[in-house]
Amino acid sequence: MTLDVARIRQDFPILHQEMNGHPLVYLDNAATTQKPRQVIQALVDYYEGYNANVHRGIHTLAERATEGFEGARVKIARFIGSPTPEQVVFTRNGSEGLNIVAYGWARRRLGPGDVIITSGMEHHSNLIPWQQTALATGATLKFIDLDQDGTLNQESYDRLLSEGGVKLVAFSVASNVLGTINPVTDMVAKAHAAGAKVALDAVQAVPHMPVDVKAWDADFISVAGHKMLGPTGTGFLWGKMDLLEEMEPTYFGGSMISEVHLSGAKWADVPAKFEAGTPNIADFIAFGAAVDYLSAIGMENVYKHEKALTEYAWQKLHAIEGMRTFGPRQPRAGLISFDVEGIHPHDMSAVLNEYGVAIRVGHHCAQPLMEILDVPATNRASFYIYNTMEEVDRLVDALLHAKEFFGYVA
Amino acid sequence: MSLEGQHPVNLNTLYQQVILDHYKKPRNKGELLVDPVFGKHLHNPTCGDDIEVTVNLDAEGKIEDVKWNGRGCSISMASASMMSIALRGKTPNEAKSMMTAFYGMMKGEAGTYKSLGELQALSGVSKFPVRIKCATLAWHCVEEGMKEREEIDNKGGSANG
Ligand SMILES: Cc1ncc(COP(=O)(O)O)c(C=O)c1O
Repeated sequence: MTLDVARIRQDFPILHQEMNGHPLVYLDNAATTQKPRQVIQALVDYYEGYNANVHRGIHTLAERATEGFEGARVKIARFIGSPTPEQVVFTRNGSEGLNIVAYGWARRRLGPGDVIITSGMEHHSNLIPWQQTALATGATLKFIDLDQDGTLNQESYDRLLSEGGVKLVAFSVASNVLGTINPVTDMVAKAHAAGAKVALDAVQAVPHMPVDVKAWDADFISVAGHKMLGPTGTGFLWGKMDLLEEMEPTYFGGSMISEVHLSGAKWADVPAKFEAGTPNIADFIAFGAAVDYLSAIGMENVYKHEKALTEYAWQKLHAIEGMRTFGPRQPRAGLISFDVEGIHPHDMSAVLNEYGVAIRVGHHCAQPLMEILDVPATNRASFYIYNTMEEVDRLVDALLHAKEFFGYVA
Repeated sequence: MSLEGQHPVNLNTLYQQVILDHYKKPRNKGELLVDPVFGKHLHNPTCGDDIEVTVNLDAEGKIEDVKWNGRGCSISMASASMMSIALRGKTPNEAKSMMTAFYGMMKGEAGTYKSLGELQALSGVSKFPVRIKCATLAWHCVEEGMKEREEIDNKGGSANG
């Protein structure tokens, strides 16, 4: 294996505990990842050493806080290959970035006759903002067909583009349920050729693979910091500068203005324009520490490690009778959703939990996808840098216990 | 087959044998009543559980038949199955008291729940708050179906609704 997992695990205090008498096996990383000591320490250092508001005071503490906060932006920009740090707009989570695009761009540019293309594999975060935009503007929402293997049907996509009127294409780089990795550069190029802008939900991609936003060439990209070792309450929207500049802000108030009169106001430059009010200063500084941590490991190594785990898990899971997995074998993100015949995911999770294994069960904020797959819910195991092959074995053992416990109900 | 002892203690609290038995061999499940006196179809979107319950009354107004269908976890299926047996022969008022008792047991309220019979096997669910919704879904079907029936009857609507 390319990562020194044993050493990495030492950085994650939370992993060293027992759950119901068993060592904790945390396989719910697609929901949120654990945080290394370095990230937790960054929070402590800030609050103990230089807590102050940013962009306001001219005293030393305020300067240091601002430096830390803006330093995080620089780190993140470098991490994703952004031409400038200013194109990284801080948000609270993955959902907020897509909403900023919906409110600040789509609602102002779309009207009746215009088309938004998305897909049935999307997280609610990348569906409902567009449903609402369509409702508000009279635009039409169209969906790319999903193939049996959980990939987007490219002919269907071509057809929708050729029907005309497309102003926006919104899809996920990696599906949080199917694990599918969509052909981003290709799909973006086709959208641009059709005159549409592209918003990417990269929430399940940026934490797990090397990313260069210039290569993707999308117009907007939303990412969640808490799914890549950062604290909750962090995320960012990346955008092309000209679009961010012409967009309207979503929230108004302090910090987002350049000039205010009783009769009106002018907005600050990007990104401040989008960041009204006091931000999660400590959390973004710690998000910067998370990016440092991942950069030191190397995203190519992160990707290889997850791929090895996922391949191993795929083989082990498929050796279990009554097992059904969702989505393609490869390429896939470091997660596997599955169903075991006769055992409802809620029951599965309850049994696994008793063996210390934490997985996510339910609809994964993708109810339309559950309908398409015709399942009420699925189980999902999702991996990260600190997971091991032994933990995959523990998952499989616990699954076998669950099967034995519930017997076989056909 | 004796699972006790082989499996973690908590599991045996939640999943008593009688629950697993009803889950594997659900009673009164499958075909619904064609022209029921009342019934209701409910869905719990957070876990995808889906249950429809139909109920008929006999000439004396007692519950004659409960038929249900649906999909969901063992807790929701077992609860529906046991309920379909327990409600038979009860008047609507008796059914309501049983419902109140069942909800009380789910909330973990102190008291004796002997009147619930084998449904007492579900008492462990009260210690798993996220599962209470599973256990009560079938009961909500009966509760709401009954309420709708009463509203129609109170308005003097036709008995066939
Ligand atoms: C694919 C995908 N998109 C969007 C989101 C939303 O992210 P957040 O919960 O940070 O708003 C998630 C996370 O659940 C996700 O997996």
